[in-house]
Amino acid sequence: MEKLKKITSNHLFLPLFALCLLLVFNAFATPGFFTIEFQNGQLFGRIIDILNRASILVILSMGMTFVIATGGIDISQGSVIAISGAVCCYLIGGNGDGTANMPLPVACLVAVLVCAVCGVWNGFLVSKLKIQPMVATLILMTAGRGIAMLITEGQNITVYYKPFTYIGGSLPGSPLPTTIYIAAIMVLFVVFIQKKTSVGLFVQAVGINSNAARRTGLKVSAIIFMVYVFSGVCAGIAGLMESSMIAAADPNNAGLNMEMDAILSVALGGTLLSGGKFYVGGSIIGAITIQTMTTTLYALGVSSEQLPVYKALVVILICLLQSEKFKNILEKRAVEKAVKQG
Amino acid sequence: MTMRGICKYFPGVRALEKVDFTLRAGEVHALVGENGAGKSTLIKVLTGVYGKDAGEITMEGKAISPSSPLEAMKCGISTVYQEVNLCPNLTVAENIFIGREPKKAGRIDWKTINRRAAELLATLNLNIDVTKTLDSYSVAVQQMIAIARAVDVDAKVLILDEPTSSLDEEETQRLFDVVRKLKAQGLGIVFVSHFLDQIYELCDQVTVLRNGELIGEYEVAALPRVELISKMIGKELGDIQSMGKNENFGTDEILIEADGISAFGRIQDFDLQIHKGEVVGFAGLLGSGRTETAELLSGVAKPEKGTLRMSGKDVHFASPLDAMQHKIGFCPEDRKIQGIIGDLTVRENIIIGLQAKKGMWNHISMKEQEKIADQYIKLLQIKVSSPEQLIRNLSGGNQQKAIIARWLVTQPDLLILDEPTRGIDIGTKTEIQKMVIQLAREQHMSIIFISSEIDEMTRTCTRLVVLRDRRKVAELTGADINSDKVMSAIAGGV
Repeated sequence: MEKLKKITSNHLFLPLFALCLLLVFNAFATPGFFTIEFQNGQLFGRIIDILNRASILVILSMGMTFVIATGGIDISQGSVIAISGAVCCYLIGGNGDGTANMPLPVACLVAVLVCAVCGVWNGFLVSKLKIQPMVATLILMTAGRGIAMLITEGQNITVYYKPFTYIGGSLPGSPLPTTIYIAAIMVLFVVFIQKKTSVGLFVQAVGINSNAARRTGLKVSAIIFMVYVFSGVCAGIAGLMESSMIAAADPNNAGLNMEMDAILSVALGGTLLSGGKFYVGGSIIGAITIQTMTTTLYALGVSSEQLPVYKALVVILICLLQSEKFKNILEKRAVEKAVKQG
Repeated sequence: MTMRGICKYFPGVRALEKVDFTLRAGEVHALVGENGAGKSTLIKVLTGVYGKDAGEITMEGKAISPSSPLEAMKCGISTVYQEVNLCPNLTVAENIFIGREPKKAGRIDWKTINRRAAELLATLNLNIDVTKTLDSYSVAVQQMIAIARAVDVDAKVLILDEPTSSLDEEETQRLFDVVRKLKAQGLGIVFVSHFLDQIYELCDQVTVLRNGELIGEYEVAALPRVELISKMIGKELGDIQSMGKNENFGTDEILIEADGISAFGRIQDFDLQIHKGEVVGFAGLLGSGRTETAELLSGVAKPEKGTLRMSGKDVHFASPLDAMQHKIGFCPEDRKIQGIIGDLTVRENIIIGLQAKKGMWNHISMKEQEKIADQYIKLLQIKVSSPEQLIRNLSGGNQQKAIIARWLVTQPDLLILDEPTRGIDIGTKTEIQKMVIQLAREQHMSIIFISSEIDEMTRTCTRLVVLRDRRKVAELTGADINSDKVMSAIAGGV
């Protein structure tokens, strides 16, 4: 009993448990779910598909985790994804003959830099002007798609330059999609930051008690500023992947509602939305779980219009499981049952 | 009302072990003990905030077991907490009748509410306008309104949890008058307080708790003060009295010099020289500018005029970090809000200051962190189950020690301690005072010691700066540092 409690109170328990549940369900409901085939030097299968799509969410949710840990939130991520795709596609250009106006690495770098600037804007509003994070990032959330539209001059730019599709697809000769590598690099980067710097400690301290943190010598506003910039960069990288997958810039639909999935991943991973202690590992598994759920539901024939309903059910479940009150009720029940049974 | 053999356990902690408590009608009963002795836990068990793990509570011979404050109130147990928990934006009358408004024809009967509220307060000798909002009255009056509300619900037992901690002398007396009146009406009153003077003035019986155990119940008049203290802290008083005064005056070398620093609403034209290795006290009432001056010296706030000099050079602190780089540490007054970072571990709380000084990218290795934490936990005798315990689960005194440890780790030349002993038990208080003297003598650390307790200041400080109304009014040294002189300087009689 003690041991069981220890396992269930671990922050990784909930997302892992949900993921296992989904996988077990799929094993029965979706034939061939776990099959991975090797064709033309590439791996194919539903699992690979999920990981491919989930990579975007993993990167977003890592950026979101740090923001939420400081007690903030960044709801502009989805729009920043659109900006990133717009900038990159605009720079490469929709040349029908498959050429690029600008080298791909430069275009990508500029796109990510522009998104970093978006993060700077959010960070400036929150840390310097002390605007509530929800309101501050709402500005870019609404304006972002307009900005993306301005960049593409109101059109969807379709890119015919082949190497651009490598980001969201696979490099020639690589068995796995590039997205998985990019996500892995980002994860390693964050792990490095966590282990070898004090970023984690400082971000938590700011989220728990910013007043005390300042008096202890932390540069509170610099730390808050930093997490929004990082969130912007994450959204930028995610935007490149997203637009590469469809080989086009779609200011209206790219990354639509993705920030909500990212927030959901963070919550599922055990980080409280009130800030403080955060769990990047939980967020990553949370992101994979959310993507698995989305893919599973699509496979079951649920339309994209109905999808939010199912996600809402998951949110309710998470909220219940994280609520102290609900836990107490469950525990009381368990104790009563144990007493009855003697 | 009696409580018999009450036990309460928290994970890993024995909060109460077989505690008995008896309250008779018409008696004021003090509940005393050091921090973490179990006073608040006992109160919370009594008022239904916590369930008890063993024991029984009887009220007028009948067993009761309240499972919520509301139920406790129905049993006749009312509580007034340390922080007044009424609604400041409602009127006095609304506050008294909130949740149980008398109604007439389905609508709230305001006339009756206001009339009855006024009558009720009049019985406590309080004649105020009950239609004004609560926040237009002083904390003392608010406290009495809270008492009025508590008593009006047909209470037989009234619990006052540290009611006087935010009141001044005169207000305290008014409160005491009210308590005596209620006592005469036959109420049983539980009085929880850190102030021994008040216990001797007001209470009939006293129950002493220590480490969750009952030490005993005594008649206040028959128990000498020294004995009460030694029962509370569990050791003989000689230790405290033998501490003596700090005879160490520091060196001639000037560490920091303030020349006419001013900031609006904080302090005007403040001059001060602090030598290496001396303990300087800031005395004065709350709001006299003690804390505000300390904040100017430590980079929390910026002076508008005047200069600060360290070893002959002008310095400007834009942030606490700046001051830390100049080896100044400021251990703030409000431990909970300004000091601890509650959800972090003790280890993290101890090393975070040094880490901030070193910068985010210059990470202190885990091994090094553990070494530092262990060393200071031992040095300051912080009671923890492990360095990985969350700091918010420590008692007040141990939290304070951990915060002091945080600053000691940064090895400051000047350490400012703002009310380091507030709200902590006598044993720890003495330890902290001893440590201050020791740091100054052995490591030549300069210390600014701010406290409301003058005794504490006269023992530890070799120089006392007296502040009044945001100005420095006196500087006392040597034989001039005694309670009478300090008091009269604070009062303005110098």
